[in-house]
Amino acid sequence: MRSIGHDQQKQRSIWYRLNIDIPLLVGILCLLTLGLCVVYSAGGQNADMAIRHAKRIGIALFVMFFVAQIPPLIYRKWAVPAFVVGISLLVAVLLFGHVGKGAQRWIDLGFTMFQPSEIMKLIVPIMIAWYVSQFNLPTKIIHIIVAFTLVLIPTLLIAKQPDLGTSLLIASSGIFVIFLAGASWKLIGTCGVLASGFAPILWLFLMKDYQKQRVLTFLNPEQDPLGSGYHIIQSKIAIGSGGLQGKGWLQGTQSQLEFLPERHTDFIFAVFSEEFGLIGVTLLLLVYLAIVMRGLWIAISAEHAFTKLLAGSLTLTFFVYVFVNIGMVSGLLPVVGVPLPLVSYGGTSMVTLMAGFGILMAISTHRRFIA
Amino acid sequence: MPSAKRVVIRNHSAEANLFARRAFITLLGVIVILLVLFNNIYELEISSYEKYQTRSNSNRIKLLPVAPNRGLIYDRNGVLLAENKPIYSLEVIPEQVEDLEAAIKSVSELLEIPQEKQTKLFESLRSKRRFKPLELISRLSDQQVALFSVNQHKFPGLFIDARLKRYYPFADLTTHSLGYVARINRRDEIKLEEQGKEENYAATRNIGKLGLERFYQDILHGTIGHQEVEINNQGRIIRTLNFTPPVPGKDLTLTLDIELQMIAKRALSGKRGAIVAIDPRDGGVLAMYSNPSYNGNLFVHGISSKNYKKLLSSHDRPLVNRTVQGYPPASTIKPLLALTGLEEEVITPEKEIYDPGFYQLPGIETKRRDWKKWGHGKVNLSKSLEQSCNVYYYDLSYKLGITKIARMMEKFGFGEYTGIDIYEENRAIMPSVEWKRARYNQPWYGGETLSVGIGQSFWTVTPLQLAQAMSILVNQGQIKVPHLLKATTEVTLTEAENSDGIPQRIETVIEMPIDEKPPIVLKKDKYWGIVLDGMHNTVQKVGATGYPAFKGSKYDAAGKTGSAQTANIAQDEKYDAETTQENQRDNAMFVAFAPYEKPEIVVAVAIENVAKGGGGTNAAPVARQIMDQYFGNRVIVSKKKHPHHNETYGEQYLDSNTNKKISSGNN
Repeated sequence: MRSIGHDQQKQRSIWYRLNIDIPLLVGILCLLTLGLCVVYSAGGQNADMAIRHAKRIGIALFVMFFVAQIPPLIYRKWAVPAFVVGISLLVAVLLFGHVGKGAQRWIDLGFTMFQPSEIMKLIVPIMIAWYVSQFNLPTKIIHIIVAFTLVLIPTLLIAKQPDLGTSLLIASSGIFVIFLAGASWKLIGTCGVLASGFAPILWLFLMKDYQKQRVLTFLNPEQDPLGSGYHIIQSKIAIGSGGLQGKGWLQGTQSQLEFLPERHTDFIFAVFSEEFGLIGVTLLLLVYLAIVMRGLWIAISAEHAFTKLLAGSLTLTFFVYVFVNIGMVSGLLPVVGVPLPLVSYGGTSMVTLMAGFGILMAISTHRRFIA
Repeated sequence: MPSAKRVVIRNHSAEANLFARRAFITLLGVIVILLVLFNNIYELEISSYEKYQTRSNSNRIKLLPVAPNRGLIYDRNGVLLAENKPIYSLEVIPEQVEDLEAAIKSVSELLEIPQEKQTKLFESLRSKRRFKPLELISRLSDQQVALFSVNQHKFPGLFIDARLKRYYPFADLTTHSLGYVARINRRDEIKLEEQGKEENYAATRNIGKLGLERFYQDILHGTIGHQEVEINNQGRIIRTLNFTPPVPGKDLTLTLDIELQMIAKRALSGKRGAIVAIDPRDGGVLAMYSNPSYNGNLFVHGISSKNYKKLLSSHDRPLVNRTVQGYPPASTIKPLLALTGLEEEVITPEKEIYDPGFYQLPGIETKRRDWKKWGHGKVNLSKSLEQSCNVYYYDLSYKLGITKIARMMEKFGFGEYTGIDIYEENRAIMPSVEWKRARYNQPWYGGETLSVGIGQSFWTVTPLQLAQAMSILVNQGQIKVPHLLKATTEVTLTEAENSDGIPQRIETVIEMPIDEKPPIVLKKDKYWGIVLDGMHNTVQKVGATGYPAFKGSKYDAAGKTGSAQTANIAQDEKYDAETTQENQRDNAMFVAFAPYEKPEIVVAVAIENVAKGGGGTNAAPVARQIMDQYFGNRVIVSKKKHPHHNETYGEQYLDSNTNKKISSGNN
């Protein structure tokens, strides 16, 4: 027994030295492998696309591994300067940014296009966690108001680009910190009421026409089956026709015959459901649940309020991706541009997510040294 | 660092508990949300599976209609009258051609296509789906097909497509009876929709427009087949999933004899007129030809307006089917009037009248002249037919009155459709008191009855009606509806049972039943024989009106001549000295049947505006040619000697083996 225990200790220490959290890594690899398969199918069995996707997976894994080596408390020191730089970049984007797909999101760095809102997905939870963790928990109302304001600035700047999906993710990453820090239920209830009061203001002043159209389409997709309702209808047909067992890998007619739009990016879940059916969907949801549980466990086990809050926020934001994407593809939520995390084709969001997992792993593995 | 101070007084375990509680709450939230998502997917994939499965299939599966092959048409001896001939068109799939312009240019050079057509091609190629075949050149000549086939490897993306088009090998010989097919137009579409047939015609391009092609459209058309294909979101065909072959239309075998048609055409060449020959035994139409005719094939490809105008404005009016067009019957209906006289007991066969060369109604000055200036002298029934004595029939019709004549003639089908299986039939006119009241709102005048008595005045009959009336006469009252369709043949291919693996052809032939109407019953059956005898004499007795034409024939024919005055069918012609003169000439008519005993063929001939002479010299020889062709070398003589005119009766060609010849003749 002892020898086994010794071996385990020794084994754990190898991964510890590499700062890798094994359960998290297994879950992530599951999703990445699955993503590669579905992207290959959704891309019309295009090997080039699958290879490009595989390369991005490699880069993302490297980023994760690299980030995992950074002791998490370093982020606390750099939180404020990073936040200030991030906000400046967002303002710069609005002023001089590159326009693409009807939105102003990129800054042209000459060699590559840079999307400041992506990096803010990490900076905002770090910033809020830094701010909230300075004070005793539960956070006092005055600090909550300050924290909320800090969240609102980047959220509004990104919503103005407009990028509803990212601003939603950034807002929730900040709000999760506030919630986990123990905001009183009374306050949460009040905010809920205020938010519903805010909705008409959002509708009238902040949302662009195409965003309003998405919401209207969400409410009644069949009204305009060939126009803006087409995405949702075809997506529901793809999911529904998958049935229990699915049509089989590479056999989905909705995706292979190109009825489904955006099938390798935002609507990849529809491809997956069509080809793997309810059984596949159930397994996928369980993998996501496992990753969330592991993330929350890392948060609970973390030793500092800052790392706890950061880990919790990163985990839950990851889940917001899952919820918003699957919700929109299956017709529960309006169409918002959020990818299915670690499965959808597309480099930027995957790298950010994997960097987030790197931070989680750092939190999970660096505590001994810090303690 | 102020934070360091605070950290010291922080209750770490309380904070950790608070955090763990919150984390646990969020985990519950996560699970609830996952359950909501799962429930929604369950709704889609399990509860509404069939709905979405159907919608998915209707997205990707398309039924492509496949047109059935049209049934073929044969004459009574199996000669093909209407076939489906492949025609070739050059097609292109634009996306498979690298340099479309160059390809079209070089293919145009190869096939010698004029420059202006090339520019049209380029225009038609714009804004079309690039993966669908487009027709570059329709109706390639055989030479062009051969030229392209040899050079096909130089033109990837271009290919030759074969389609079946109706073709009538005998062209104008059959147009008036067969009719033709042509492109389905808007009016046809509406009709098909009303009849609920549009689905069956989804892939069909042509439809019967005239004649048998129109009448038997449904039988000839067949049932549509379907190719079930999988398509992508742009409609490109990915693969064929299923194929339901179309059921070809039934083949028709007609009662027509194409050789008789040929003779009819030859006999009428240079004349305007019509011939109808019917087999009185079953009502089958043996020949039906209207001259001049036109080529029905012109209409299959869509006739050019220039050609159509030419047909329309032609003085000879080839578009008119004269076999079903009204002509004054003239003396050809005298046998039927004589029969009416016998039936109404106004005359007897023996009773004679005196013909001084004219007829006067009692108390009226006007004299109606006979065609023979000095009269026929004493005339009985048989002589009235042999010599076509007008005075006899003036007297007869005066005694009968119009109503009795009209009622009897209506029984023979005059003024009514015969019921033949084409739609172009004309009723013509059987005048009567009621008819004149309805048509002109005028009373009937006695003098008009006299004109009716010699088949003139308002009375018109179609050659078909005339042949049919004669057919009823020779059948002694039996009415067999004339028809062109003899049998239908359904060809089915069975699954290969034999070792060769070739599907077996099964032909199901359905013979058309003889369609009969209630017969005409006379008070005495012998009246039929008396009249038929008179017609026999008209042809067989030396010096009778029909004798010269049938002199020397080896079958025993009977008939009746007729010459109608100033029958001008064309009503809307401008005055022109030459044509007017021609239009005022007589029409020549003739009806005949043979053999006298057990008749097999009845012929009616109408020729417009003959140069000189009447039915006996112009129309009877035409009927003779038809009958000569029909009987060929058969020799038929009557068993029974003629009761009245033994001494002048016919010419016997055989003095022995009489019985044998007759029986063989009836085979």
